[in-house]
Amino acid sequence: MDAASIHKRLDEKFRGRIVHSELEVVDPFLVVDKDAIVDIGTYMRDEPDLAFDMLHCLSGVDCLKDERIEIVYHLTSLKNRHWIVLKVYLPRSGARMPTVENVWKTANWHERETYDLYGVVFEGHSDFRRILLPEDWPGHPLLKDWEWPDEWHGIPVKPGDQMSKRAMDGEEIGIGPFD
Amino acid sequence: MSTAADKYSKVYEPDEVYAFNPSELEEDEMILNMGPQHPSTHGVLRIELKTDGEVVKDARPHIGYLHRNFEKHAENIDYQGVIPFTDRMDYVASMGNSLTYALAVEKLMGVEVNERVQSIRVITSELQRIASHLLSVGTYGMDIGAFTPFLHSFIEREKILDLFEWLCGARLLYNYNWVGGVSHDLPDGWVDKVRVFVDTFDAAVDDLQNLLSHNKIFTKRTAEVGIIPPDMAVQYAVTGPNLRGSGVKWDLRKDEPYCGYQKYDFEIPVGQGRYGPIGSCWDRYYVRVREMRESQKIIRQALDQLPADGDVHESVPKRVKPKPGEAYARSEAPRGELGYYVVSDGGLIPYRVRGRSPGFVVMGLFHEIAKGEMIADMVAIIGSLDIVLGEIDR
Repeated sequence: MDAASIHKRLDEKFRGRIVHSELEVVDPFLVVDKDAIVDIGTYMRDEPDLAFDMLHCLSGVDCLKDERIEIVYHLTSLKNRHWIVLKVYLPRSGARMPTVENVWKTANWHERETYDLYGVVFEGHSDFRRILLPEDWPGHPLLKDWEWPDEWHGIPVKPGDQMSKRAMDGEEIGIGPFD
Repeated sequence: MSTAADKYSKVYEPDEVYAFNPSELEEDEMILNMGPQHPSTHGVLRIELKTDGEVVKDARPHIGYLHRNFEKHAENIDYQGVIPFTDRMDYVASMGNSLTYALAVEKLMGVEVNERVQSIRVITSELQRIASHLLSVGTYGMDIGAFTPFLHSFIEREKILDLFEWLCGARLLYNYNWVGGVSHDLPDGWVDKVRVFVDTFDAAVDDLQNLLSHNKIFTKRTAEVGIIPPDMAVQYAVTGPNLRGSGVKWDLRKDEPYCGYQKYDFEIPVGQGRYGPIGSCWDRYYVRVREMRESQKIIRQALDQLPADGDVHESVPKRVKPKPGEAYARSEAPRGELGYYVVSDGGLIPYRVRGRSPGFVVMGLFHEIAKGEMIADMVAIIGSLDIVLGEIDR
């Protein structure tokens, strides 16, 4: 099924919940209402002619200019060999949305990663912790306005603050245990 | 005199972060940390096991020890400059990483590459698949306790690395696939050496089969543990040999051909449950062994059909500056489906690059298959999933 007919099919069933669609771009995508994502996802997974059984990728994008965070779902169907992109637009501050973990289990780790790097809270998630960064890491680094902390537990982390830069500035740096 | 070493000598000691609450344990249960430094975790991976005697009740992987946020790097560097970073994701199968990223940017820009470049990409990525699978099955045998197959497979892997070194100067991190082409054309005599390799490779797989595949100790250790049922594999979006080990016939090279894979004749091996239930560790292992033979077939055909002329830099854009938009490209890397999601805002540096790594996804399912197995089987399960922490942590 191509993107246009998938859009038509979903639009009939969920009237008004598909907020926007772009079908003439490289990867056609549909923007859906964040509260409808679980219903739409379950429907897309269970209908035999759609059968989107695999959530291939879930990513976040920080659109600073449009003041929103986009959550992007790349869905594919092994059975019907078609695929589509869903998007959810969230406000940049205090972004929250329901989890799709119960629709596609793989979303569990992807949502944890999106929380870790973008700070988006997924409500109803079964194991909601940071995944890649330490628990006490300041902020969510993939946000476009994230700023480097000066140091983290006494470790200099700013790029300009690295050992090589300091060595070039003439500071004496210990190498190994015998300096 | 105070040195910088004094200034920064305050050692950071992280609190051990536990997913399981120790106060909720039952009488016979205990929490056991496996890793972060453990020879069978193939990198720096910590697995928290809730055990009852020898039986694992539950497991939680803790990742991120190699995290360097490649995605943030990519937002600060031009499109071609991202390629060396992608090489370092799955550092034992770099060709596949840079290829997928190049495909994503090409898709976004609408660049078509010529047939010679496509054939070269097929040959290099299939050689890379053989090298990666050799590493995987070799170290898997070593995890279980068979040392010899590892040496045999590394002899063959070394030949491939030598071929790559001749091709582009590097043994592991190639920077070979560029947006719109490849960095070097094939050197004189390279094709003949690949042919020699492909012709002698049969004997190596036979050795491996005799030494390991049907060895009774090996099958007993692996054929009945770590079962991934097909529907669970699809729910968790497991891909590549791990998915095919569960009996699902899905391979992007056949089902969504890229780089002209539709021209070649090859089979897709799937798990058959020869020594136990379908989807066991042995099935996943055996899919890899059989895939090496299929890759060999593809390389042979690609060498025969390789167009004699064609400039490998023909479609390389002078400036990579895609129009605003986004593209997602995926390809069949040795460890599964690798995806890159590239968003452009019309500038010279990407607005967003997202890498979807097969290893990250498959680790998300680890707790399901670890439940109810013995502690010693954890080693067999981790090895059979064939993870590389460089791509899990990114």
